[in-house]
Amino acid sequence: MAVKCRSCVNLFLPPRNVCPRCFSTNLEWTELDEKGTLLTYTVIHVPPSQFQSVAPYALGIVEFEDGVHLLGMIRGVKQEEIMVGMDLTVDFDTNTPSQWPMWPRYFFKLP
Amino acid sequence: MFAEAVREAFERCPNLNPKRDIEALIVGHMGESFEHQGHTGPTMLDWSGMLPIPATRVESACASSGAALRCGIFAVLSGMHDVVMVGGVEKMNHRATPDVTEFLAMASDFPFEQWHGITFPGLYALIATAHMHKYGTTEEQMAMVAVKNHRYGVLNPKAHMQKEVTLEQVMSSRMIAWPLKLFDCSLVTDGASCLILTKPELARKFTDTPVHIIGSGQASDAIGLYEREEFTTLKAAKLAAREAYGIAKVESRDVDVAEVHDCFTIAEIVAYEDLDFCKPGEGGSLLEREATTIEGDLPVNTSGGLKSKGHPVGATGTAQAYEIYLQLTGQAEKRQVKDAEIGLTHNVGGSGATAAVHIYRKG
Repeated sequence: MAVKCRSCVNLFLPPRNVCPRCFSTNLEWTELDEKGTLLTYTVIHVPPSQFQSVAPYALGIVEFEDGVHLLGMIRGVKQEEIMVGMDLTVDFDTNTPSQWPMWPRYFFKLP
Repeated sequence: MFAEAVREAFERCPNLNPKRDIEALIVGHMGESFEHQGHTGPTMLDWSGMLPIPATRVESACASSGAALRCGIFAVLSGMHDVVMVGGVEKMNHRATPDVTEFLAMASDFPFEQWHGITFPGLYALIATAHMHKYGTTEEQMAMVAVKNHRYGVLNPKAHMQKEVTLEQVMSSRMIAWPLKLFDCSLVTDGASCLILTKPELARKFTDTPVHIIGSGQASDAIGLYEREEFTTLKAAKLAAREAYGIAKVESRDVDVAEVHDCFTIAEIVAYEDLDFCKPGEGGSLLEREATTIEGDLPVNTSGGLKSKGHPVGATGTAQAYEIYLQLTGQAEKRQVKDAEIGLTHNVGGSGATAAVHIYRKG
């Protein structure tokens, strides 16, 4: 999901209450196409405390339609097979954490 | 630490009466998490023996004291104060690496970056991957930054890691966030720095070796790296540089010595490009030509940089200014750049959401 401004047709993430382009509050949620393209990536070998058990893990920035970008984990792809420009799709964890930000984590996988 | 930096600043201004002349303190400090200590302004002022003048902390992640310096300039230029003290401080080294990694990551977006396991080496690794893909920049070129800056750290008695490293050592060091390895990363360091700012007409009253700040620029970008259109450049740094060059009425080719924010080796390469030391994508070849060594056209990070001198995050911006002060007053000893007249500092917060650039002229 991303936010679309009904006034200037700007599509943006993270979601905000005010359009950062035209300051309008006339906004609506819109569903993004799940397919995107990998712009850049890394593999984290030294993680923060709470990610110790899953390291090493790959993180990438994926571009969706209209230039919306997201950063997230790339799962189920061997590091040597990850390439800038590859097609990825977004999926979500099944569990919802009880702490902030309290929504299921999204991640990227092969289409 | 901060009191020691303050004391040295006082010693370098022999005609300054600190308790009479200094009117305010502006101090950069990034995180209360490291020491569980906030309210840094009056805390540092008290420890420095400077109560009861106004003291304010400025927080802009790793650009905290670059931003504090700019606030100090405003304080003097506004006419509100004649003499102010600006500086920075951070104590990080007593914490375990996973904790430091987590605390530093707080300078990135929480729900869209930290929550997915990003780290600061990871954010700059994303920049490195994009730079390698777009321009063909190599891991060897990044390693050259580490080799150069460690060479100069050996010449700086205040550097944290006074040890040379070879290209092979950098390339074979353990992976932190591919393609960045241990020796591509700056150090987790304790440190403090301090400058005394005053009006040009008063400077010589306090010291025979003043340095003029002739340009200041600061700009901002989205806190999330992922939100930006381009990952191979820091737009805020480009804008800050443009503003600083404009105010100073100098161009990049006029700069004789620069301290740039090499929190990771790729960051120094991107800095060359953002500061117009070369065209986009040519940062790596500048290193291959040795253009940024002390003997080169534009020596960069003669202090050893964040890479070897260390990166006590809140202290870094004014520590960079201290190195430029030493260079422009001929006090940089073994790492002195010959005939340096114009200096530049480039201080970046987070993955580029804040950038502060300052330009200095020999007094």
